[in-house]
Amino acid sequence: MSLHTLSVLVENKPGILARVAALFSRRGFNIESLAVGTTEHPEISRMTIVVNVADLPLEQVTKQLNKLINVLKIVELDPSASVQRELVLVKVRADAETRSQVLETVQLFRAKVVDVAPDAVTIEVTGNRDKLDAFIRILEPFGIKEMVQSGMVAIGRGARSITDRSLRAIERSA
Amino acid sequence: MTTEQMTGAQALVRALENVGVDTVFGIPGGAILPAYDPLFDSRKLRHILVRHEQGAGHAAQGYAMVTGRVGVCMATSGPGATNLVTAISDAYMDSVPIVAITGQVATSLIGTDGFQEADIAGITMPITKHNFLVTKAEDIGRTIAEAFHIAGTGRPGPVLVDIAKDALQATVDFTWPVQLQLPGYRPVTRPHSKQVREAARLIVEAERPVLYVGGGVLKAGASAELKVLAELTGAPVVTTLMAKGALPDSHPLHMGMPGMHGAVGAVGALQRADLIVALGARFDDRVTGKLDGFAPHAKIVHADIDPAEISKNRHADVPIVGDAREVIADLVVALQNEHEAGRKGEYEDWWRQLNAWRDTYPLGYDTPSDGSVSPQYVIERIGKLAGPDAYYVAGVGQHQMWAAQFIKYERPGAFLNSGGAGTMGYAVPAAMGAKVGAPDTQVWAIDGDGCFQMTNQELATCAIEGIPVKIAVINNGNLGMVRQWQTLFYNERYSNTNLHAAKRIPDFVKLAEAYGCVGLRCDKAEDVDAVIAKAMEINDAPVVIDFVVHQDAMVWPMVAAGTGNDDIKIARDMAPDWENGD
Repeated sequence: MSLHTLSVLVENKPGILARVAALFSRRGFNIESLAVGTTEHPEISRMTIVVNVADLPLEQVTKQLNKLINVLKIVELDPSASVQRELVLVKVRADAETRSQVLETVQLFRAKVVDVAPDAVTIEVTGNRDKLDAFIRILEPFGIKEMVQSGMVAIGRGARSITDRSLRAIERSA
Repeated sequence: MTTEQMTGAQALVRALENVGVDTVFGIPGGAILPAYDPLFDSRKLRHILVRHEQGAGHAAQGYAMVTGRVGVCMATSGPGATNLVTAISDAYMDSVPIVAITGQVATSLIGTDGFQEADIAGITMPITKHNFLVTKAEDIGRTIAEAFHIAGTGRPGPVLVDIAKDALQATVDFTWPVQLQLPGYRPVTRPHSKQVREAARLIVEAERPVLYVGGGVLKAGASAELKVLAELTGAPVVTTLMAKGALPDSHPLHMGMPGMHGAVGAVGALQRADLIVALGARFDDRVTGKLDGFAPHAKIVHADIDPAEISKNRHADVPIVGDAREVIADLVVALQNEHEAGRKGEYEDWWRQLNAWRDTYPLGYDTPSDGSVSPQYVIERIGKLAGPDAYYVAGVGQHQMWAAQFIKYERPGAFLNSGGAGTMGYAVPAAMGAKVGAPDTQVWAIDGDGCFQMTNQELATCAIEGIPVKIAVINNGNLGMVRQWQTLFYNERYSNTNLHAAKRIPDFVKLAEAYGCVGLRCDKAEDVDAVIAKAMEINDAPVVIDFVVHQDAMVWPMVAAGTGNDDIKIARDMAPDWENGD
């Protein structure tokens, strides 16, 4: 088993998230994280799905996803040839005594304080999984009161775009 | 291109006419009611009013199977739609092209738990090839065109179109033809030539090849091509439950049906093969038995139109994505090239082994010693007397397996049954749909008494609509296949499988008569032929024959669930001697 990042381009139509999510649960595959949003083309949405599977089931996931009528394209993004980012908002206990230490950690990780209260600060940090895990580990001793994470989004490095051809397909059929 | 102003309901009926529909099986109700008004006026559409929506679904399947066209069923929202679910699921498992049209509550009520509201698009998401919820009248025409295109192309399957009542009632400028908007749907039908050449090379190099033929070959209409391929290679052929008749059963290269109740020769051929060429088959667990014991020495060439089937259950050494007809046609050319280059497979030793299995372990059955009728005999005689031109439609269970084993199928598509889903109750409505699709051909339902009681309300439809099907109820008074498993695996503890046939509740002859059909009964072996002949003479009414048969007959051979194919039994505690004939 290993983590794989799939970029799935889909038609921006109602119910497509349910179709994708239902397919994963029906075929018995676990979604580690899922993020969805529009792309530079309003007709196309992009899902970034992180799955924890072996190679063979991954092939099955990809093929089954491809069979969904509203799915336009699936690309597996290699971590070394792509930029992968998640965002975390974390509320940490920080009183007069510990605040300076917390702020120091924020600076070290190039994170950002987005809200301050007398006994807590809320921090925004983006990065890849390793960086976020390290950051959270260091904050833990101060006392994490609340945390929320986005799913991962990822994009390939270099000038090429994975959406161009899918858009052409949509234009052809319109 | 023409544009005309009309209601959404009229647009629906017009679109159905325009895509070539001539028959709709259905039942009206509140949400679909607007559609039934213009349907009343249509000269091109025949609506057949069924008695239960499940019947409409299976009838659409039967119609699709015999015509090769997309079958259509229609129901209202909520329970009307949910009653279609079993048939839709059945069509999904067996890749049968149907379009189900359901009414939905008005858009303003969707999501409010309105009267007769069910999220049928959500419910059928995992059992349809695709589905649509239409809330705007202007989308109806295009969606119908898209639904038929999706259902009937690529790997066929069911598509559901759920239409909100207000969309049916609204006024729209109906335009035809329409432009399909399916940018994500591009089924691959042309096989990759390199893979085909590789497959041909493996075939001539193999010593023990088998052509493993599945339902995809029938769906692709590739039987003629298959015969050419088989005869060119000289390799044995096995046809699955879904592919009966793809190669005539009488063909010398035909080793029979593989699988849980397959012929020893067919199962043995796969197990001992060094090359399996799977054509439109999907390595279903009922064929492979325990997967890790399946065909341990075989390389696999797997051709299927659905890429997701390839290497799903068994790794394919040579994957070929494409339509079975095109794959087989290309394979024939590639093989001819191999042969011209002097490379041809030598399978004489293989055939010595295959023939030994075939001769030593033919399909057979015992005649009960107490004078009661053996169910296999009844089914065999129906096959003999009705002949290869008839359609045979089985339910699910023992009678289904016997219909697969003891009727000889000589032409593609002559056998209809519920293979993947195993839906009891499939036979009567599917036979009804088949008869509507092929009115000039005899259609025999081979049903069990358990199955028959699940959907026999459609006898009323058959009688009133003039659909003279023949229904042989193989009445052993039990849920026979379940009873067989209880005999073998549950110490003969017959929990809830006895249907108490002796009490004649119901009396199938009286039931048939109550439904306006002819009812016949047969409980003696010597009367079987005469009763079948009598049924065949009646062509102006549906006929139901209550064949009272022995309750302890079992389906053999059998690979018990969870065991490997090598552990096949030819009778209780009797295994074949694999080395026989070596």
